[in-house]
Amino acid sequence: MKTEIMDSVENGSLKKEVPYFEIGDQVDVHCRIREGSKTRVQIFRGTVIGRRGRGINETFTVRRVVNDEGVERIFPLHSPNVLDVQAIRSGKTRRAKLYYLRDRVGKATRLPQRHSKHTITR
Amino acid sequence: MAMLLGRKIGMTQVYDKTGAITTVTVIQAGPCRVMQVKSKESDGYSAIQMGFEDVKESRAKKPALGHAAKAKTGAKKFVREWRLSDDAETEYSPGDDISVSVFEDIEYVDVAGTSKGKGYAGVMKRHGFGGFPASHGTERKHRAPGSISSYASDAGHGGNLKKGKRMAGRMGGERVTGKRHRLVSIDQEQNLLIVKGSVAGPAGGYVEIRQSKTGK
Repeated sequence: MKTEIMDSVENGSLKKEVPYFEIGDQVDVHCRIREGSKTRVQIFRGTVIGRRGRGINETFTVRRVVNDEGVERIFPLHSPNVLDVQAIRSGKTRRAKLYYLRDRVGKATRLPQRHSKHTITR
Repeated sequence: MAMLLGRKIGMTQVYDKTGAITTVTVIQAGPCRVMQVKSKESDGYSAIQMGFEDVKESRAKKPALGHAAKAKTGAKKFVREWRLSDDAETEYSPGDDISVSVFEDIEYVDVAGTSKGKGYAGVMKRHGFGGFPASHGTERKHRAPGSISSYASDAGHGGNLKKGKRMAGRMGGERVTGKRHRLVSIDQEQNLLIVKGSVAGPAGGYVEIRQSKTGK
């Protein structure tokens, strides 16, 4: 009973359509950013290295390297500020968490491409 | 004013329109049956007595059943009074049901519950004392309260404790009122009140919800 009630409360905050992507995908995360009174959309491009939680608590981590400095952002999947997640290239992985990429630099951070139905190769 | 009885269901998070996340407590409140309406003339003060959740009939005490019969219902598990000012006139009469709709247009609520019992707790946990250093020669008194009085505090009688001195003892399991919780939303179908922040007591514990007196 308790679970049903909690689910019904959380459902109001969940996204109806959750963007589809997998671990190892290179993605564009469209996030809404507030600057004073203005809002704009910023795109964060990187590799999905992990996904955790469920329901309203589900988050995913996107890693990219900027100026030889690794940057990781954790996005709440159901946040209204995460407008869209577009997979642009699928990577072949054998793990659910790609933390080993943190220890790699340069060409070693690339993942072999996996040809997947859900990504449009650009 | 408005008041209702309920049960804490649990905590979760919801997003608002701006995309900010709010931590909320879900309370299943009412419908509460009006058990008795007390008035200045008959009882010395005026109040509405309401009951929440039925006791199984075979387990109910006969006096409770008789009292509840006046409101055409079974004995209730959780009965509390909604105190009114002496001259207040109420539209409720015994047998009416009060539902979450009384909280419509109300922005802030106070929620009273019974906090989780912590057992016999020391002063650090119970009163937030600082304790003593872990090292630098401290021995056997890392979590001790320190001095509790002095020889001179009751002059000539060899020292005495001040009344109300904070010491170790039973903690929790007492009534705690959380004030000014923002009422995030109301679910009339499932009788839910969703309030911002945490509410005292375990999930499944009984709570009283009142309109906040401060900040309407």
